[in-house]
Amino acid sequence: MTQTNRLEGGQIDRNTSLSFRFDGRSYTAHSGDTLASALLANDVRLIGRSFKYHRPRGLLTAGSEEPNGMVELRTGARKEPNTRATTIEMFDGLEAYSQNRWPSLKFDALAVNDMFSNFLSAGFYYKTFMWPAAFWEKLYEPIIRRAAGLGSLSMEADPDEYDKGFRHCDLLIIGAGPAGLMAALTAGRAGADVILADEDFALGGRLNSETFAVGDHSASEWAAQAVAELSSMPNVRLMPRTTVIGAFDHGIYGAVERTGDHLPSLPAGKPRQILWRIYTQKALLCAGATERPIAFENNDRPGIMMASALRTYANRFAVTASQRVAIFTNNDDGHRTAADLHAKGVRIAAVVDVREDAPSSYDYEVLKGAQVTNTKGRHGLSFVEVSLPDGSARTLDCGALGVSGGWNPNVHLTCHQRGRPVWNEAMAAFVPGADLPVCMSVAGAANGILSTHGALQSGAEGAAKALDLTGALPDLPEAEDAPIAQTPFWYVQGCKRAWVDQQNDVTVKDVKLSYQEGFRSVEHLKRYTTLGMATDQGKTSNITGLAIMAEVAGKSIPEVGTTIFRPPYTPVPIATFAGRMKGQEFHPTRLTPSHYWSKERGAVFVEVGNWLRAQWFPLPGETHWRESVDREVRQTRASVGVCDCTTLGKIDVQGTDAAAFLNRIYANGFAKLAVGKTRYGLMLREDGMVMDDGTAARMAEDHFVVTTTTANAVSVYRHMEFVRQCLYPDMDVQLISTTEAWAQYAVAGPNSRKLLQKIIDPEFDISNEAFPFMACGNVTVCGGLRARLFRISFSGELAYEIAVPSRYGDALMRRLMAKGEEYGVIPYGTEALGVMRVEKGHAAGNELNGTTTALNLGLGKMVSKKKDSIGSVLSEREALVEPDVLRLVGIKPLKPEDKITAGGHLMNTDGPVDAAHDQGYVTSAVYSPILNSNIGLGLVKNGAERLGEKMRLVSPLTDLTVEVELVSAHFVDPEGERLRA
Amino acid sequence: MIINHPLLGPRDASEFTYLGDAALIDRPDWQAENAADAFYEYGYLRDNPSGEHQELWYHEAGDRSWLVVTRNTLTHEISKVELARDVARARGRSK
Amino acid sequence: MHDLVAITALGGTEPRVDTIAGVTCTEVPGVALASVAARLGEEANCVKALGDLIEAPTPEVGQWAGATISAFWSGPDQWMVEAPFESHEDLPGQTKAAMAGTASVTEQTDGWARFDLSGDNISSVLELLCQLDLRKISAGSADRCSIHHIGCFVLCRTPEHFSIYGPRSSAGSLHHAIVTAMRSAL
Repeated sequence: MTQTNRLEGGQIDRNTSLSFRFDGRSYTAHSGDTLASALLANDVRLIGRSFKYHRPRGLLTAGSEEPNGMVELRTGARKEPNTRATTIEMFDGLEAYSQNRWPSLKFDALAVNDMFSNFLSAGFYYKTFMWPAAFWEKLYEPIIRRAAGLGSLSMEADPDEYDKGFRHCDLLIIGAGPAGLMAALTAGRAGADVILADEDFALGGRLNSETFAVGDHSASEWAAQAVAELSSMPNVRLMPRTTVIGAFDHGIYGAVERTGDHLPSLPAGKPRQILWRIYTQKALLCAGATERPIAFENNDRPGIMMASALRTYANRFAVTASQRVAIFTNNDDGHRTAADLHAKGVRIAAVVDVREDAPSSYDYEVLKGAQVTNTKGRHGLSFVEVSLPDGSARTLDCGALGVSGGWNPNVHLTCHQRGRPVWNEAMAAFVPGADLPVCMSVAGAANGILSTHGALQSGAEGAAKALDLTGALPDLPEAEDAPIAQTPFWYVQGCKRAWVDQQNDVTVKDVKLSYQEGFRSVEHLKRYTTLGMATDQGKTSNITGLAIMAEVAGKSIPEVGTTIFRPPYTPVPIATFAGRMKGQEFHPTRLTPSHYWSKERGAVFVEVGNWLRAQWFPLPGETHWRESVDREVRQTRASVGVCDCTTLGKIDVQGTDAAAFLNRIYANGFAKLAVGKTRYGLMLREDGMVMDDGTAARMAEDHFVVTTTTANAVSVYRHMEFVRQCLYPDMDVQLISTTEAWAQYAVAGPNSRKLLQKIIDPEFDISNEAFPFMACGNVTVCGGLRARLFRISFSGELAYEIAVPSRYGDALMRRLMAKGEEYGVIPYGTEALGVMRVEKGHAAGNELNGTTTALNLGLGKMVSKKKDSIGSVLSEREALVEPDVLRLVGIKPLKPEDKITAGGHLMNTDGPVDAAHDQGYVTSAVYSPILNSNIGLGLVKNGAERLGEKMRLVSPLTDLTVEVELVSAHFVDPEGERLRA
Repeated sequence: MIINHPLLGPRDASEFTYLGDAALIDRPDWQAENAADAFYEYGYLRDNPSGEHQELWYHEAGDRSWLVVTRNTLTHEISKVELARDVARARGRSK
Repeated sequence: MHDLVAITALGGTEPRVDTIAGVTCTEVPGVALASVAARLGEEANCVKALGDLIEAPTPEVGQWAGATISAFWSGPDQWMVEAPFESHEDLPGQTKAAMAGTASVTEQTDGWARFDLSGDNISSVLELLCQLDLRKISAGSADRCSIHHIGCFVLCRTPEHFSIYGPRSSAGSLHHAIVTAMRSAL
């Protein structure tokens, strides 16, 4: 294919020839092209089908505001739907497909929708598909979803990587047009730390689209020189291909840098996009302006584009949409496009100007006081019908029509913190209001200053003001300073189907209809018609919609209201927000000191918070997890087992007031705990509910080691710091977490002492007499390694916990296994741990569920009334202490094989099964290989007094009813003889 | 949001954990006659001002300081940041 | 002398080294750590005793100082003392003696994994990892921050040499984050 619409000049690299495919057909392009410019160069005007009516559509713009020219980019897992052809930087081998058409772009079966447009007008969803309700889900929605809509997803995981990053600067300049470049030069030369970000791959903004001079150079040459100077400044960071997507609190900006989208494939390890969080002292918004269309009959035909876009394609990309072009304008800027195209050799069919006093031209015909009344052409524009002031009509033969309705400042980011733009009557457009985001100011066209000179000047002044620069401003280059008068002209009267929002297929008539049907607020208008709610967020349509509504209501535009904008400025892939936090890296993984050894042993792991813990250790031949877990429980209770309990939170509490501090933290007393002893501690929330439990070991008069549950390690530490800093600031107490520093293993079972005696150096006596139940102390192991020993038991067996510095944890586990061989020592995982604690009747996470008090858990007596502790006062509230409150009990099925279900509810043996007769619920359920029965723990009304009672365990959801008996929660060794042995 | 930490300077709010009203510093006397009512109010009743609000933030990913942040709930403007420990002492809390 | 063999935070017997485009990330297991927190009312004495221990002025907020034994600020009236593991495995004991009751001292040696970054252009790696304002960081800086949701300390030894401390149990995730950022940025 030859590029039949390629012109002379432009900023493309004609020495490179890139090949690309659109809908399977091959074309060529140059480096510096976008997909849009390359398609136009190859005379492709039809790009896709519209959202609702499946009308043929082409390109409307040359920038990120594009509502129409959307394609599916790339193939396979990398397919990206709804990508604007106007922002896709050309690369060799690019593949794109048109979307929302079937079976083909030129013949789309669903174009039949266009013939039924009367049924698809504003609010058609609400009107048409109301009844019957069941039809919505099964019939209407699937059909609508297939017919309406945009591109399709690949349904495969995104194979690319995305990064997040953080940058800081003094001044963030958003947009690198004349205002942004001049601001960056001003700030950069003054030595300020500047980031200049622009969504385009070529910095320069409109300067790259214009032919006029800036100083002694063409506009684009001046931009290139400015960029070169800025690149040489170490204090200026240029960020092309970077869209600032949002303005957040206190000078934080979100920005998406497309680091890899312009590459045929990503180099290994490189991200496709980076989501930057930019922290800045000041921000200067230089986002420019967007040309607005005029609505007229059949204004959506491929070939009908914004006049400024035609100029961009001609001047920057050396492309014309057609060899014969007409212009429809209400302002002088439209004439500029005609002049530029004419100079490039494009035939100008005519300039249609709605103004009677429009300027004339020697080069082409100007139809003054004229309006475009209709257009013709099957898959693209062929003719334009014009009505002249004398009532006569003309038909213009042209393949493209440039439309210019004036310019709207890009105020989007000024609205991100509730800021409302204000109506500027002189330019008939919204400009930034007074309540801007903190630290933001606005310069150039974004602030309603539409001339190049004005943009340069306001950029320089804006930077100087933002940074409090005192010196003289840099000399500004000479540039055009034409006044731009904008007299509003929104749509041609009498049109039947004139598009306002081309992406969501909203017409002038839809806007009027919605008003007639009572939707008087702009927000309602948007939601009823879906105007401005597509992926372009109405960048080319919102103001026009508002203007039409104002006209129908007989009000001024500011009276009708404004519409404000939310982040992101342009669509952002979800993957960009995820960054590296996906798959296994979704959150950090914490490994225990015995992890690598456990892996060698073939352990099955379970996630506990961020930790990976061994759940059980299957032996060869064990095919069901229960076999492994039952064996681990039996062997531990029969001889000895070892479990990694490093994950329990450990907090070092030191200071002369350490004991007094623990007295406040825990419901039970710690002041009198002897050095060398450990005590179980119950921690309440201030509302009297149990927060956490654990142990505190008194290593010295002024030194405790506190343990927390694995799940609450972080929140308990935070709570303790709150109590220390906010409640008792004059207590001499210091806290630090030591969770990671020590590898801590539970060694449990009747042979645990014998095993430990082989590890602990002989000078330490750990006999029952010298080191009784709840003792603690410092010891050495394996010939001198410092270690801590605690005689505490979660399993109910004779048990210890031994801790060594984490780096030796792996070696200690191997040593314990080797030395314990004669006792048949086994490692056990969290499942066996859980079984044994239920057998022993210890409350754990399932019972400490945020709704239980100490009394509920059978620990009511632990709450000391003689001291002040967190939660003690509110734990005595009437409702929490009445006789009928839930109490922890054991639950045993009458038939041992009947399964107990956690979450199941308990009902009396007779009577209805409903909430009103609920007696309590099961919190934990396991199979006990010791009792050869399923067992459970539960909370039952007045349960402590009801042991021996028969009940029904029900789960109405699963039709389960099991006959159970309430028993003591201490299934195993209720007297605690084993753990004291 | 940025919280201007009294020791460390401006830090991103994502480093902090929010607790709530700084009235939580004023924990009632457990031995007072009306202790039950006072703790009920302390635990459950909060002002919800439209405007300046003193609140507790914890620098969890930082130096572990609890801070009292005076923030305007309408604008997010932060007008004052103090170490909670200093505030607690100034409000008469000791040990 | 005991006969247990240590493993590094990443689970090896030798420290892990990764070099990408001139920047090297080295796992550093050879460091002993002890936390120091001043006792109430002893803050001034603690600062003096710590200064004597590290033979340098006790570091201010956000700083580290010292030579063989050094310390970095970790919170109000709190510091972390660092020394070579080979020669100072009993750093907590030595520190406790040196502080002479002015501070609470806690062994932290194996609470942390350390990765050192050396080479040019480290800041382009760090800006993908943490929110710190790198413009304010110079030799002597010590900052706590969050790296991929892992609470870390970042110490600038020189602009060409940084140390990152993260919790030992998360060493694998932290190492992955660092090396991934190196591949991305360099």
